[in-house]
Amino acid sequence: MFELLGIPPQALFGQLLLGLINGAFYAMLSLGLAVIFGMLNVINFTHGAQYMMGAFAAWLMLTILDIPFWVALVLAPLVVGLFGIVLEKVLLKRIYHLDHLYGFLLTFGLALVIEGLFQWKWGSSGAPYPSPIPGGTNLGFMFLPTYRGFVVVAALVICLVTWYGIERTKFGAYLRAATENPTLVRAFGINVPRLITLTYGLGVGLAALAGVLAAPIQQVSALMGVNLVLVVFAVVVIGGMGSIMGSIVTGFGLGLVEGLTKVFYPPASNTVIFVVMAIVLLVKPAGLFGQTK
Amino acid sequence: MTAQRVIGVVLLAAALVAPWFAYPIFLMTALCFALFACAFNLLLGYVGLMSFGHAMFFGIAGYFFGHVVKAWGMAPELGILAGVAGAAALGAVTGALAIRRQGIYFAMITLAFAQMIYFFCIQAPFTGGEDGLQGIARRPLLGGLLPTKDDRVLYYVVLAIFLFGYGTIYRIIHSPFGQVLKAIRDNEQRAVSLGYEADRYKLLAFVLSAALAGLAGATKAMVLQFATLTDVSAAMSGEVVLMALVGGLGTIIGPVVGAFIIITMQNYLAAAGEFVLVIQGAIFVVIVMAFRKGLVGELTDWWKSRRSAG
Repeated sequence: MFELLGIPPQALFGQLLLGLINGAFYAMLSLGLAVIFGMLNVINFTHGAQYMMGAFAAWLMLTILDIPFWVALVLAPLVVGLFGIVLEKVLLKRIYHLDHLYGFLLTFGLALVIEGLFQWKWGSSGAPYPSPIPGGTNLGFMFLPTYRGFVVVAALVICLVTWYGIERTKFGAYLRAATENPTLVRAFGINVPRLITLTYGLGVGLAALAGVLAAPIQQVSALMGVNLVLVVFAVVVIGGMGSIMGSIVTGFGLGLVEGLTKVFYPPASNTVIFVVMAIVLLVKPAGLFGQTK
Repeated sequence: MTAQRVIGVVLLAAALVAPWFAYPIFLMTALCFALFACAFNLLLGYVGLMSFGHAMFFGIAGYFFGHVVKAWGMAPELGILAGVAGAAALGAVTGALAIRRQGIYFAMITLAFAQMIYFFCIQAPFTGGEDGLQGIARRPLLGGLLPTKDDRVLYYVVLAIFLFGYGTIYRIIHSPFGQVLKAIRDNEQRAVSLGYEADRYKLLAFVLSAALAGLAGATKAMVLQFATLTDVSAAMSGEVVLMALVGGLGTIIGPVVGAFIIITMQNYLAAAGEFVLVIQGAIFVVIVMAFRKGLVGELTDWWKSRRSAG
C-alpha cells in the first residue's frame, strides 16, 4: 500500500473517518443552535445537556424498558423535544425582551442543573450502549465499522432534511419570515409565539437525536455534552449563524480538520478548532458564511 | 454619599479584625475571588462586554506564579508580577481578537479561547498537567522582612492586594477613561461618532480586567500554595459570572458581596458534591428570572424607593 508523508493509510483514513463523525455531530448541533438563535435570539447553552439527555433517554429506554435503538431514535428526541417545549413555555419565553446575555446565562444555569442532576443520579463514569449494527467491512485501505458509516450518512441526511425543511417548505418560509419580521408575520394571522415554541422544541429534538446517534460510539455519561458544546460554540463563531448550509459545511469541515491534525500533529488536535476560530476572526470577523450585522 | 462612606468604614474595620473571628485561609480565598469578580464586573458592568472565559486569566496567573516561585525559586513578589504580566499579555491577544465581534458572540469567543487555554494547560510542560503545581513554598515577602508562614500576617498582605485592586477599579470607573467606557456601553455608535475609538478603549479595558484577574489568581496561588486546572476551567469562568450576578452587575461593591456569598455556600456545601453545581445552576435561573439587579442592586433600589416614599 502507498504511504502519505510517512503516515500509514490505515491511520490516516481511520482518523479521517473519526473526524467525519465528529464533524457530523458538530454540524447537527450547530444547526440546532443556529435555528434556535434565529427565532428566539437565545444562544442555547443547554444544547450540550440536551444532547446528553438524548443519549441518556435512549440508554434508559434500552436498559429499563427494553426499547431497541431504532425505536429510541424516534422516541428519545420526541421526549427531550417535549422537555424543551416545557422549558420554553415556563422560562425562556419570559426573557426574550431582554439582552441576549440573559438567555445565555439562563440556559447556562439550566445546563448546570440538568448535568448536575444526571451526575448525581448516575455518576460521571459512562455506561456503554451496545452497537445496534455490529460488524464492519474491510475496504482494503481501512476497516469501516458499519455503525460509524451509518452515523455519517444519517447525520448528512438529517442535516439536509433540516435544510430542506427550512429553505424549501411552507413551514420553513413562515419560520424565516418570522425571524426577519415577527410583527408583520403576526399581522398575517400566524401564531408566532407558537412557532417560536415549536422551533425551540425542534432544535432541542435535533440535539437529542445527535445524542442518540452518539450513544453507541461514546460512553453515555452525564458530562458528555460539556466540552462538546464549547467546541460547537467555536464552530458557530467560525461559520456564522446566518446560513443553514454554512453550519453544515463548517461542521463537517472542522471535523475533518480536527481528524487531520490528529494524524499530523496530535498535541494540537484539541485546540485546532479554536486556532481556526482565531484565524477566521482575524481574516473575516463575521464568520465564513456570516453577514456583518 | 455619607451613608456610603459610613458603610465603607464599617466594612474596612470588619476586614481588619476579621482574621480573629474567622478562618484566615477562608477569608483570603474569598478576597481573591472578590477581586476576581470585581475585575470581571469592570468589563460587564462598565463596558458591557461579557467575558465568559475569565478563568483563563485567573488560572494562567496561578501557573505563572507557581512556576516562578517553585521551579525558579524566586521571590513571591516576582511571581505575582509574572502572573499579572502573563494574564495581561494573554488578555491583549485574546481581547484583540474577541472585540472584533459584538454581543453574544463576544461571550462565545472568550469562552472558546478559555477552553483552548484549558487544553493547553493540560498538555504544557510547566503546568503539571492533571496534577497541577502543588506545594508551592510560602516564601517571606519584602526580601525576608515579612514572614508569611503565619496565616494572619499573610491575610493582611492579601487584604492590601485586594484593596489595591479594588482601588484601581474604583479609579478606572471614576476617571474620564471610565466615562468613555460607560458611553461605549450605553451606545457604542454614539461614542464612535463623537470621535472615540471604541475598539481601543474596549481593548484597554479588557487588558486591565485580565491583569486584575491575574492579580487575583496569582494571589490565590500564593495563599493556597497550589495552581490547578480547576482555576482555568469553563466552570470557573461560570462561577465568576455567578458571583458578579448574585452581588449585582454594575455596582462596585456587588461582586465582593457575591463572591463572599458563593464561597461561603461552597464551604458549607462541600460535602454535597455534584449538588453544588445544581444549586449554582438554580441560582443562575432564579436571578435571571427574578432578581436581575443582584443583591446590592435590589437593596439599593429598595432603599431609594423607601426614602422617596418617606
